[in-house]
This record gives sequence, C-alpha cells and structure tokens, in this order.
Amino acid sequence: MISHSLLHQRTLHGAGMWSAVVSRGKRLRLTDIDGGANVGMLLYNALERTERYNMPDTLKGQHIFYLRAPYCLHSDMGRLLASITHDDAGWHDTVCGHSDAARVLAKSGENNYQNARNDWNRNGRDCFLIELGKWGLGKKDLVPNLNLFSKVVSDEKGHLSFVSGNSKPGDSIELRFEIDTLVVLNTCQHPLDPDPVHRHRRVKLEVSAGDPPASDDPSLTVRPENLRAWENNQTYHTLRF
Amino acid sequence: MIESTLSPEAAVFREVIPAGDWWIHEIKKGQALRILDLEGNQAADTLFFSAADPTERYSADRTIQEQAALYLTTGTKLMSTQGNALLTITADTCGRHDTLGGACSRESNTMRYAHDTECMHACRDSFIRGAQEWNIEMNKRDLGPNINFFMNVPVTPDGQLSFADGISAPGRYVEMRAEMDVVCLISNCPQLNNPCNGWNPTPVEILIFQLNHVAPSSKETRSPNHICP
Repeated sequence: MISHSLLHQRTLHGAGMWSAVVSRGKRLRLTDIDGGANVGMLLYNALERTERYNMPDTLKGQHIFYLRAPYCLHSDMGRLLASITHDDAGWHDTVCGHSDAARVLAKSGENNYQNARNDWNRNGRDCFLIELGKWGLGKKDLVPNLNLFSKVVSDEKGHLSFVSGNSKPGDSIELRFEIDTLVVLNTCQHPLDPDPVHRHRRVKLEVSAGDPPASDDPSLTVRPENLRAWENNQTYHTLRF
Repeated sequence: MIESTLSPEAAVFREVIPAGDWWIHEIKKGQALRILDLEGNQAADTLFFSAADPTERYSADRTIQEQAALYLTTGTKLMSTQGNALLTITADTCGRHDTLGGACSRESNTMRYAHDTECMHACRDSFIRGAQEWNIEMNKRDLGPNINFFMNVPVTPDGQLSFADGISAPGRYVEMRAEMDVVCLISNCPQLNNPCNGWNPTPVEILIFQLNHVAPSSKETRSPNHICP
C-alpha cells in the first residue's frame, strides 16, 4: 500500500509514548502487531498549539460517532489536521477519553515500577501529560483524544459497550497530515477495555513522505464540510507560507 | 424525569440570561444550580471549572467514561479532567442532555454550513469573553468540550450522529448539586443554522439554591464579575 518513501520507523513496546512534529503531506502509519491494541492520540497545529484536535467538531462536522477511512480529523478552528487514508479496523473511538492512575489501579490492582520495573501499569493521562510537557503544553491542553483501533458502540439509550477484538494482528491505519501537526500518542489500554489484565501490545509506527491531496480526494469529498474545512486550510497556508 | 423539591421562591440568586449572552458565576459546594428553559428548545452551552484551580475543569470524556453512557440526566456525575465529581444532576424534567456536540464557533460554522456564516455570533466567542473576564490567566486553551443542556444529539447503534429537534419545552429544567466550589460559564447559544435552538434562540433563567440549611432572607447581589457582552 505504501507508495511513498519511508522516512522513519520504530516499534512502541509496553505503554509506549511518542510525540513528534510531522509536516503537511507526510503519512503516519500505525500497525497493531499483536491485535487488540489501543493508541491514544492528540493532535495540535505545530505552529499554533492552541489549535487542537476537536472531538465535537470532528463528529458533528461529519455526522459520525466514530472514525474510519476516509473521514478527517478536524481542529477547533474549522480546519483539517489529518485525513484517514487507509484503515483496516474500520472503527476508532473518540468519545471515551483516556485512563488515569486511579482507574488503572481500581481495575488492574497495584503494579508499580518498584515491583515490576518497566512492566508496570501506566495510564493514558500521565503518558499524555509527560509528552505534552516536552512541547510546553500541559493540563490545559489535554482534551478528548482518539482511541485508534478501539470500538465502543452505543445503544438507543446511549449506554456504551466496548467491543473486544475490533483490531486484528497486522491491522493498520494511515493518517495524512493536512497541516504541520504535533502528534502526541501512547499505547495505554482503552479506559473501557474490560480485560482485567493490563496488557502491553506492540504498535509499529512508520512515517513516510507524501504530497497534499487533490480536491477530488475521497477524504475531502466524503462530506461537503470536509471540503470547506480544506478550503480553510488552503487560506491558512496561502497567508502563512 | 425527576422533579426538584426546591421551590423557586427559595432561590438565593435568580437571573435571566438573554439569548446569545454569556454568564459566569461561582457555585459553592452545597449549593444547587438550576437552569430553566423558559421558552423551550434552547441549548445552554455550559462549562464548569474548579474554583480553586481552573486547570481542573469539566471533562466530557471522563463524564461519559464514568457512567459508560453518552447522555446526561438525573444521577449523572459531571466529572473533572482530574477524575473528581464537580456536580451531580439531582433533577431533570427534560430527560437527557448532550455532551458530544460541543459549542458552535464562527470557524466551525464555516466548515459545517457555509463560508459566509463566519460573521454569525457563536458560543465559542461568548466562552472566550466569559473566561477572559473571570480570570486573567484563562483563554481559549481552557475551553474543553462542554455540556449542551436541553440539546438532543442522538447516536445510533451503527454510529451515526445527528442534531435533532429538541426534546425540551417551556418550563423544563435541570438541577445539579455542586460537590466542590465550581465556576459555571454558560453561553446561551445563538446558533441559527440548525434546530438546536428550534431556529429561535430564547432566554434561559438561572436559579441558585442553598442546600442543607435555611436560605438567607435577602437575595444575593449580582456577581461583580458578570459583565454582559
């Protein structure tokens, strides 16, 4: 599938964390090596970090409750941060947020660094805050995140159920960035994953070169809202660069 | 549908927020906040912050996670970014409220409707002004996804989401007990591009009650921090 040259790759082990600025047009492919992974992800405009991934605008702008290809990830400024250009799992949650230390302790029990060394139980909130801190960001910037590879469904009354086995070994998702983006992610377990064992699943991460999309790209044409957001990106880029 | 046992006459504070205005006020632990939909189908976009530390604020995702359910109603704990209950909903004559839809903004209106809607008044502008007036340190970064009281955003089992006609009506209300000292910031939504306000933004009324002991005989004066836009 990858027709673009690979620029960087690594595999995240344990509760892996990663943050990087990835410029416009580049692709980030994440592969769930073992199956059942969860990647918590937040995105920020790399140059104006008060502009950030916005769960409500992403959902209401595209009339969806979850993410899949070819939908887009919207910022709070009416622009696109990224488009989903490839997707095997077909359902990615963005409404359930991330775990914190108290929640992990209540579900999985005590498993601290002193006893378990790097097999200790970590949590999404701490992992996000650690990486955000390295870019001058912090608690104010922690907003509802993406939970890539995880599926949570709602019944008619709004009650939520975590669907185990949504992502199979080898499933991948590819994002194309539509603006220079600060990516912050970790592989902590989904907060509603009922598995009492705090499992660490490996995720392969690849960044490759690429070009910005044409105006007939499926991610832009799937909704007229996405095309208008893309036009807002074009205005931003025209004025700035 | 759970009705409140509190009589409006017992309120220690009452104020009507006109359509399109913002309002910011502290609610003390042990007080109850009622939001009254005066004319029906009016979205009250609402944020809460810990009064002691506004970096701890309402979290839509943590609230959804805590109850493993999307809609807010009686019994829902409104959770903070740090995993604490800010308030608990104690009465609700509307039935359910949204926290997925966020606030409208001039920027997102261009994406959702048309580029020429950019000039139209929107909740995010109201939130920015309210936050700026309350605390010099507060700005757009402090604005996470909010609660939309009285708004109906149904999600289907196959994952579709829509903005539907409201299920609220004149005189319906939601009431919540503060579990810590909180600051409440409301944008009384001016949106004209979808049915969240029944295509006609209208006022809401705020009532604050003192719980657990006799209410003061004289009503509180208006907060000095309230400056209408």
